[in-house]
Amino acid sequence: MATVSLIEAGRLAVQQEMRRDPRVWVLGEDVARGGLWGQYKGFLEEFGAERVVSTPISEATIMGAGLGAALVGTRPIIEMRIFDFVMCAMDELVNQIAKVRYMFGGQASPALVVRMPHGMWRNSAAQHSQMLEAWFAHLPGVVVVAPASAEDEAGLLVAAIQSDDPVLFFDPKDLWQVQGEVAETIAPIPFGRARLLRTGDAVTLVTWSAMVSKAIEAADALARQGIDVDLLDLRTIWPWDEDGVIKSVRKTQRLLVAHEAVEVAGFGAEIVARVVDRLGTANIKGARRLGAPRVPIPFAPRLETEVRVTADKIVAAVTQMLR
Amino acid sequence: MAAKSKRSPDAGDNIRQLTALYRTMVRIRAFEETALAAHKAGEIPGPLHVSVGQEAVAAGVCAALRKEDRLTSNHRGHGHAIAKGAEPARMMLELYGRDGGYCRGKGGSMHIADFSVGMLGANGVVAGGIPIAVGAAQGLKMLKSEAIAVCMFGDGAVNRGPFLEGLNWAMLYKLPVLFVCEDNGVAAFTRADSVTAGAGPIARAEAIGVPGASVDGNDAIAVGEQAQRLIAEIRSGRGPRLLHAKTYRWTGHTSTDAAQWRDPKEVEAWKARCPIQRLEAVLGERDMGAPEFAAIATHAQHEMEEARAAAKAAPWPKAAAAFEDVQDAGAVTWQR
Repeated sequence: MATVSLIEAGRLAVQQEMRRDPRVWVLGEDVARGGLWGQYKGFLEEFGAERVVSTPISEATIMGAGLGAALVGTRPIIEMRIFDFVMCAMDELVNQIAKVRYMFGGQASPALVVRMPHGMWRNSAAQHSQMLEAWFAHLPGVVVVAPASAEDEAGLLVAAIQSDDPVLFFDPKDLWQVQGEVAETIAPIPFGRARLLRTGDAVTLVTWSAMVSKAIEAADALARQGIDVDLLDLRTIWPWDEDGVIKSVRKTQRLLVAHEAVEVAGFGAEIVARVVDRLGTANIKGARRLGAPRVPIPFAPRLETEVRVTADKIVAAVTQMLR
Repeated sequence: MAAKSKRSPDAGDNIRQLTALYRTMVRIRAFEETALAAHKAGEIPGPLHVSVGQEAVAAGVCAALRKEDRLTSNHRGHGHAIAKGAEPARMMLELYGRDGGYCRGKGGSMHIADFSVGMLGANGVVAGGIPIAVGAAQGLKMLKSEAIAVCMFGDGAVNRGPFLEGLNWAMLYKLPVLFVCEDNGVAAFTRADSVTAGAGPIARAEAIGVPGASVDGNDAIAVGEQAQRLIAEIRSGRGPRLLHAKTYRWTGHTSTDAAQWRDPKEVEAWKARCPIQRLEAVLGERDMGAPEFAAIATHAQHEMEEARAAAKAAPWPKAAAAFEDVQDAGAVTWQR
């Protein structure tokens, strides 16, 4: 066990898998220099330029070439640098990667990982701060992963690389420096299992990615007021731990889903709808979402803070549900 | 066929290879015409994009390929698939949406693929196959394979970003990929030259250092020779090449488009340059004649009619197939 940052945990996970399997390689802008964030530091030296490919700023071809290389039997890690740039590669991701297995009747096996550091980070403004994981939950054919701890970054990245599905891996870039324990040999963490972070009977609080740290803060503040919540970090958005959430809501009868993404048509809406469908309104005293207002992310710190979901807002929402 | 006497002896100019080239074109034509008739009869759902008149490009390029070479195609890809070695019977099943089709009825005409012969799929998005071919070439190189990748696309694709990105990328990493611009002069319903600035695909390729060659896309022998020359250069590790083949689409954009905006004289002039008849003229000088041509045509016609009858009689896929081949983790059923 070593205590490492989330970014280092991811680096160790990819390194382990590239050492294990020579078919695994990484492509994207600046990856041979260690990547924009340092998440591939030392890779060029260890694995060589053929497996650590710095590319032109050609997102469509970064994505599409990754797919082509997967179709001949390699296992690429496609680095998007910053999530928002994936918009330049939407045909390759949505029309090609997500469809090839189905459209070709199972002949294709696009075993690849797309890494997309996402979310708000140091006032980066509207084109470098988005959380659109709900778009991809809506897209058949892909797995959607959004870890919030160093342990999960490592274990889920190993699982993603070993998976034969195309896995969209949302690195939480605001959490690069959170610390965690990573084993010498990183074991894969199965998709679709939430992590229970706090337990309580009052409310089920579901969240993921950067919102997890805010939710922990909120849960602890509520506990000081004598309100204990079940806090679940979903970890993967598709598949998501429906049974785990249902089990908790059966107990608490109240559900709050908090996410950094815009509330309107966010993934919280899906979770609330599913839970209400399965449990029935008679068995639920409250189910709601808490997300960002439907505005682009502004630059100025004063404005960015205004649109953020914070621990205070989560506390307020929970308190209101209990009234 | 002015150039026939100047052909090099190693360029496939022998009767066996020429006959194979001829047979491929005749089979493509027969497949397309049979599919069109079946569509007209209401047997095939959805639109078809057929390649009648363009057979020489598919046949010529694929004659220069090996089975392990990979090919990506576009929405007008039936001919490419047949020339690469796909079975027309399974293609026809797929066009009909029936069980046993290449894509288990989930792809249809626009998404024929046969990975067992290196056919990595037709594509419903213009230029969609370019980055995939480039990546396939990159993967093959990484795996130390001797195979190459070939990418077939139309004149419309050169105006999409992936064309620029893909050529630059392939040149940068010296990838074994042949870009084939199958230029039928029309991007859907718009004349390509009315929406394309500059001197064309070769000029664009050369601007980023990718050597190219132009060829008469209705001359199967010339296409084969040029493809073979470029592919030899690619196999020797010199990086990508581009082949620009000028041809003509006899039919409309889709099976429901009569393309009446075209001057009938223009269509007739191109029909007079039919790639199949042109090869007959060459073969005619090598002791082949009407009986041999008719035998090949009859055989092809019979093959496609059989495929049609079998597809028409084949069962639909079982309903559960709609939920298969989506993904391993997080797969769903109707009642989840």
